[in-house]
Amino acid sequence: MTVERLLPSAEAYDLLALVREIAADELAPKAAQVEEAAQFPRETFRLLGRSGLLSLPYPEEYGGGAQPYEVYLQMLEELASAWLSVAVGVSVQSLACYPLAVYGTDAQRDRWFAHLLAGDLLGAYCLSEPQAGSDVAAMTTRAMLSDTAEELQGPAYVIDGTKAWTTHGGEADFYTLFARSSPDRTHGISCFLVDATTPGLSFGLPEHKMGLTASTTTQVHWDGVRVPAERRIGAEGAGLRIALSALDSGRLGIAACAVGLAQAALDAAVTYAKERTQFGQSIIDFQGLSFLLADMAAAVQTARSTYLDAARRRDRGLPFTTEAAIAKLVATDAAMKVTTDAVQVLGGYGYTRDFPVERYMREAKVLQIFEGTNQIQRLVIGRALAGSPPGER
Amino acid sequence: MNIVVCVKYVPDATADRTFDPADRTVDRVNVPGVLSELDEHAIEAALQLAESGDAEVTALTVGPAGASDAIKKALQMGVDKGVHVTDDAIHGSDAPATSLVLAKALTKLDETSPVDLVLCGMASTDGGMSVVPAMLAERLGRPQVTFAGSLELSDDRGTLTIRRDGEAATETVEATLPAVVSVTDQANEPRYPSFKGIMAAKKKPVETWSLADLGVAASEVGLAVAWSTVESYAQRPPRQKGTVVTDDGDGGRQLVAFLAEQKFV
Repeated sequence: MTVERLLPSAEAYDLLALVREIAADELAPKAAQVEEAAQFPRETFRLLGRSGLLSLPYPEEYGGGAQPYEVYLQMLEELASAWLSVAVGVSVQSLACYPLAVYGTDAQRDRWFAHLLAGDLLGAYCLSEPQAGSDVAAMTTRAMLSDTAEELQGPAYVIDGTKAWTTHGGEADFYTLFARSSPDRTHGISCFLVDATTPGLSFGLPEHKMGLTASTTTQVHWDGVRVPAERRIGAEGAGLRIALSALDSGRLGIAACAVGLAQAALDAAVTYAKERTQFGQSIIDFQGLSFLLADMAAAVQTARSTYLDAARRRDRGLPFTTEAAIAKLVATDAAMKVTTDAVQVLGGYGYTRDFPVERYMREAKVLQIFEGTNQIQRLVIGRALAGSPPGER
Repeated sequence: MNIVVCVKYVPDATADRTFDPADRTVDRVNVPGVLSELDEHAIEAALQLAESGDAEVTALTVGPAGASDAIKKALQMGVDKGVHVTDDAIHGSDAPATSLVLAKALTKLDETSPVDLVLCGMASTDGGMSVVPAMLAERLGRPQVTFAGSLELSDDRGTLTIRRDGEAATETVEATLPAVVSVTDQANEPRYPSFKGIMAAKKKPVETWSLADLGVAASEVGLAVAWSTVESYAQRPPRQKGTVVTDDGDGGRQLVAFLAEQKFV
């Protein structure tokens, strides 16, 4: 079902029409099969790149679409309704570009940004480690400055360690990396933009996940990877601040993905409930079932309003950390509940792989976990209520 | 080189299409309209020719106010400019009248800047007549090259060669330009617009012409002079319930009888 949207410009309506066309013709028909086969849909990302959908929120001068978050996120929502793995991939691409966009110098942006946004490249974001998830400052991957100037290439950082849960691991063309350049827990982390072909970079086998099976997730091993100092984004030691700032925006992306997934589950449930008859009538005409659907619709609409409110704050340059955390919490919890209830509406059929809703339910779970678990979102919200800064302990 | 693509704004084939009960013409108000999918192949062919050499591509449509959306989509895909012929008198026009208006518009375009190639889709997805390209070629007095499954220009851009796939044979047809060509859905895979294309389309010129601009009298077109009209229409009947054969020993016989009756065997 087409979601009626209020958009800020005529071009945004045309853009969303294009996104719906691509989602319906190129994403939705492939999703179930490619998820089942656990193949990474690299060609689909190329199509999105050619269409300008991998660079929408970034400035026009570097080849981006210069679209407000309000529009970018609704595009993500539409993609997620058709195929969540692809929408999450687009969100990860935005996340991976964010540090260069916001914290890079003009010289760095001039050199790399247009390349990252050209559409044929895909990014990854290396923050978590096996022992450093929610407690991100516990990371141990080291970035040791070495000015031995071997091979006369100038100062460089040598990276050693292992990153975990990297979306697009082994598939990406560039990695936005956070690593420890000094022992200081919160001020000893730095951010780097690393080309995938840099020697010493290797990847674990893809994780066997419950859902999002077409979205490759691996460990990334950094074994003496030499990264020129000019590829450090932001000041030395500013990495944690950059990472948390990027996550504020990334959380909005995941909230939009969650709403798209929940909308897809709601649509599937309503379609089925109209067609399925029991006791001589469509089951949607049983009040007990229609109330379940009504609660699902209310959850989807509430979640959409919540992320859009946060996005509009961001677009106006207002603080939105708390609102982003609320949006991520509300939207992903809603997606879990709505997809679970969609399986209930379809009954036994919903539990089979002949219908998409069991996949939606499996996919929803990770939304409550990544980009900050929903417990971390509550921590962010709680700290704002207490009046303490949202950053790291 | 100048290429003009004739495109049609049609009711979305995936929507519930119907007729306007007042005059039994296609309902273009209550059914969302789109650029005919088959015309996208003609646009793609034009864009590919333009990319392989210097050419300007114009999209031409005849249709009501909403038909400007078809022009817009063509511009978003990469066409350079648009011409929209619209006039209340055109409502209900059949294929001969439509081809008359298109021919006059093409002649007017040709006066400003000679048109080397006219491309059309293989059929519209609403009327599905497939005859407008042929009528157009006749009216313009230009070679008629229909159902091109592939098309290629000579190096001097003076000759066009197409492949036409028939049931019994594949023909290679050559024509000198200027010519009128219809392009099949096998010729290419139409591109999606890009976001940059959407932004660029807003700045591209679109001209709107009336019948008076083309020197066509209102009495020459429209439902009143159409050679054929829709007398009545009805919803397609709901699908019949399937036949269930219960095997009581003669199931095979029943199956064969059914297949023979349906002329499957």
